[in-house]
Amino acid sequence: METLTEAQKLLQRGEISSRELTQQALNQISALDGKLHAFLHVDGDSALEQADAADQKRKSAPEPVSPLLGIPLAVKDVIVVEGMPCTCGSRILQGYRPPFTATAVKRLQAAGMIVLGKTNTDEFAMGSSTENSAYGVTHNPWDLTRVPGGSSGGSAAAVAAGLVPAALGTDTGGSIRQPASFCGVTGLKPTYGRVSRYGLVAYGSSLDCPGPFGRSAADVAAVFSAMQGRDPLDATSQDVPFAMNFPLAHRERAGVREKDVETATTLQGVKIGIPKEYFISGIQPEVEEKVRTAILSLKELGAEIHEVSLPHTEYALPVYYLLAPAEASANLARFDGVRYGPRVEGDSMWDVFYKTRGEKFGDEVTRRIMLGTYALSAGYYDAFYGQAQKVRTLIKRDFEQVFAKVDAIACPVAPTAAFKIGAHGDDPLAMYLEDVFTLPANLAGVPGLAFPVGFDQAGLPVGMQLMGRHFDEAALFRLAHAYQQVTDWHLAKPGIS
Amino acid sequence: MNYEPVIGLEVHIEMLTKSKMFCSCPVVDSVSAEPNSAVCPICAGHPGTLPVLNETVVDFALRVATALGCRINPVSIFARKNYFYPDLPKGYQISQYEEPLAVEGQIFIGEKLIRIRRVHLEEDTGKLTHVDGRGTAESAENPVESQNRRAPTGGYSLVDLNRAGVPLLEIVTEPDFHSAEDVRAYAELLRALVRYLGVNSGDLEKGVMRVEPNISVRPVGTETLGTKVEIKNLNSFRALERGVAYEISRQIQLIEAGGAVAQETVGWDEAKQSTYSQRSKEDAHDYRYFPEPDLPPLVVSESWMNRVRASLPELPWERYKRFRADYGLNHGEAWGLVSEKAAGEYFQSVLGAGGGAVRTVYAWVTGELFSLMNTSGYGFESGKLPPQEMAALLKLLADGKINQNTAKNVLAEMFASGASAESIVAARGLAQVSDAGFIAQIVAETLRENPHELESYRAGKVTVANFLFGQVMKKAAGKANPQVVRAELERRLKE
Repeated sequence: METLTEAQKLLQRGEISSRELTQQALNQISALDGKLHAFLHVDGDSALEQADAADQKRKSAPEPVSPLLGIPLAVKDVIVVEGMPCTCGSRILQGYRPPFTATAVKRLQAAGMIVLGKTNTDEFAMGSSTENSAYGVTHNPWDLTRVPGGSSGGSAAAVAAGLVPAALGTDTGGSIRQPASFCGVTGLKPTYGRVSRYGLVAYGSSLDCPGPFGRSAADVAAVFSAMQGRDPLDATSQDVPFAMNFPLAHRERAGVREKDVETATTLQGVKIGIPKEYFISGIQPEVEEKVRTAILSLKELGAEIHEVSLPHTEYALPVYYLLAPAEASANLARFDGVRYGPRVEGDSMWDVFYKTRGEKFGDEVTRRIMLGTYALSAGYYDAFYGQAQKVRTLIKRDFEQVFAKVDAIACPVAPTAAFKIGAHGDDPLAMYLEDVFTLPANLAGVPGLAFPVGFDQAGLPVGMQLMGRHFDEAALFRLAHAYQQVTDWHLAKPGIS
Repeated sequence: MNYEPVIGLEVHIEMLTKSKMFCSCPVVDSVSAEPNSAVCPICAGHPGTLPVLNETVVDFALRVATALGCRINPVSIFARKNYFYPDLPKGYQISQYEEPLAVEGQIFIGEKLIRIRRVHLEEDTGKLTHVDGRGTAESAENPVESQNRRAPTGGYSLVDLNRAGVPLLEIVTEPDFHSAEDVRAYAELLRALVRYLGVNSGDLEKGVMRVEPNISVRPVGTETLGTKVEIKNLNSFRALERGVAYEISRQIQLIEAGGAVAQETVGWDEAKQSTYSQRSKEDAHDYRYFPEPDLPPLVVSESWMNRVRASLPELPWERYKRFRADYGLNHGEAWGLVSEKAAGEYFQSVLGAGGGAVRTVYAWVTGELFSLMNTSGYGFESGKLPPQEMAALLKLLADGKINQNTAKNVLAEMFASGASAESIVAARGLAQVSDAGFIAQIVAETLRENPHELESYRAGKVTVANFLFGQVMKKAAGKANPQVVRAELERRLKE
């Protein structure tokens, strides 16, 4: 499967039809998804129908068509798409068919993208490995014995294995960036409020962000620009124009146009901060090494590198694990078996609630609901939820202070490369530590972009994270794109594909 | 020992905006509408949906809060109130907790000051109907009421979400009431207010306004508050007054007998005219309130507040004062016309259209016309019988063109046919006759026909005059001017 940018060119030149592209994706899914289990649902017939319509439109349209017309897309199964089931990786929504489509997906559909199916996720996006999916784990395309990361593991694996050129995920504490890193793809957690949450099944409402996966920063930027923007159906979405004020020139496989590359890669005047709190002991040495090498590359492209400090970083994890579960405890209260989803019958109304929720929610979801309920309880609220909100403010302030001095922050995405399936089996805390470098961006609401910067000795991708100012995704794209003009990591394909 | 009741009130008022609080579903009559006919994924709590605040809701709420003299919080926040119940689709109710829309208002019941503690916005829940094994349906209006009740054996419960997400205003007073009468008066005043502001019909019977008193008693002269009991299920003003009176005397009797009041929620049983325990303090919920992350803080700008202030109509208590001062109405008369807003406005319009003296207009509007409006099922707001028509009728009466009795008959016909007073009087020849020659003639005739009565009068039995007067009027088919008749009769009798 081509990258999205390549596919766009082939479509524009008429060298491939949307039907061929879509069929190719469906064939890849048939061939590989038995091993990967990236998808929970695929709707080939509908996709091919839409592809034909897209081809028709391309032929008949007098003016230039949308650059995304006829390009297949996979959607994480916590985002609703009318006509497809939405399980959220949970038994409690088995068979649920949502009556509407999420705004972000609607916008991409309006731009011509074709939703092929729904991808695997940790149950209700709670997890860092997709092992918490009620429908089985997704396997990492680079090593099938390893996790793809999570919770958007299905989407990351699908893009990495070349099943689709782009996919949507959601990021509440790192759920786009960490699987992007584990699978060697590019993934963006947008600014909170940049992409509508309408149609994203809520986990931590003040943290949740839908965002795209692609092979490159250019691919991700193309999808992002079509899905972002204020939505009257999401009161927390904001109206801030998105503009790419630099040339996203694409290096073609043959015949690099040196001048374009130079324009696109000049990072003169860009200031990048390296937070010392993100290079801690316990981090896999190769991860640190690859990230530091990538930072040097950015420096060579003209960026200034500064050491910065985000002193409250160590509190991000405890703050997150109070706030996100607290919000989740309320967000998941609606799953009671009364209006939709399966119901476990009981002797009384309360019995129905207890049994339905008790039997249909998995362990991690149950754990977080209990954590959150406790954090909000009378007598504990001030010490837990209330205190966490105060510390969240301090974490936000850390970022404000740093972003007064630098344009972006560069750091690892996760402390390690992809771990083995089952490695954190009975240790939720070890799993929580996976998110230690990604949580702060969610707490601060700033954008974060993850992209591959090399491989460890086991041949597993290593990712780097760039964080930026609120609504300044463009800065992140610019940096990652410049880097991807002079490196090939993002083009590497796993053996399985 | 003498006891003093101390009562605070929580009143929930549905705001009859066109659409619900957080979605575009219409607000429908939850009694008459087909169940679940005004429901969408948002108010049904489907996963992935989000609330977006309907600004008209805030406007309505600001009208009430401003009328109550509250301090409006320039920034208020929404909160989630968490509890499970099948009529609560999201498993939490969006309400306001720490920073409500408005605080510190006031209202007067006569001379008594009632302090308003807070006014906040929240969404209503759906409605449950329990159907027992025999198929008998029983509405369970209040979640708390049936909180611990299981669906009856062999039965089931029906959920209607039409009301889910309908905007509610909660108005909480300080414990400033000391009698059931004042509680009722407050509730009636509040009903008048929401009607004046166009927020709601104020129908307790339909549950669009729900009054929940918190009652405690203490020995007169002491300051410490006693243990409070909350009453729910008070579905009329009568039930409200009786329920409060009942609870006051129950608590006093309990304490006199050496017992102690338990903190609980009780329900009012209309059939038994008594309260029953619904929920004890131990069952009280921990609602785990926290700020609603899906809604940004609600910012009410100075200009918004000014706009609301400028848009307020004459308020019930202002009109009451004016009616008393300008028209000389007594308390009962003025309050009657204020609380029946349409009748009061009709009364004013008739006066304005030249209906004549205040007393006459008052007597006709609240007497004959009121009963016609009531028995016919029309109301003063229906547009039936425009006030100008009524004024024209009263003018005929004042000018002596028709007499009192004729006026009543003409009014009935105007009401039935819609014809004007003048045309009815003309068509049926009902105009009053004051012609002296004609009246002298029928008086003479009557005296001639009743020589016996004339004799008894002259023998000193003066009451016979009334009989003779009646005979004259009868002869004139009720149209003769009674004053002229009386004068002529008197003159002749004294000859």
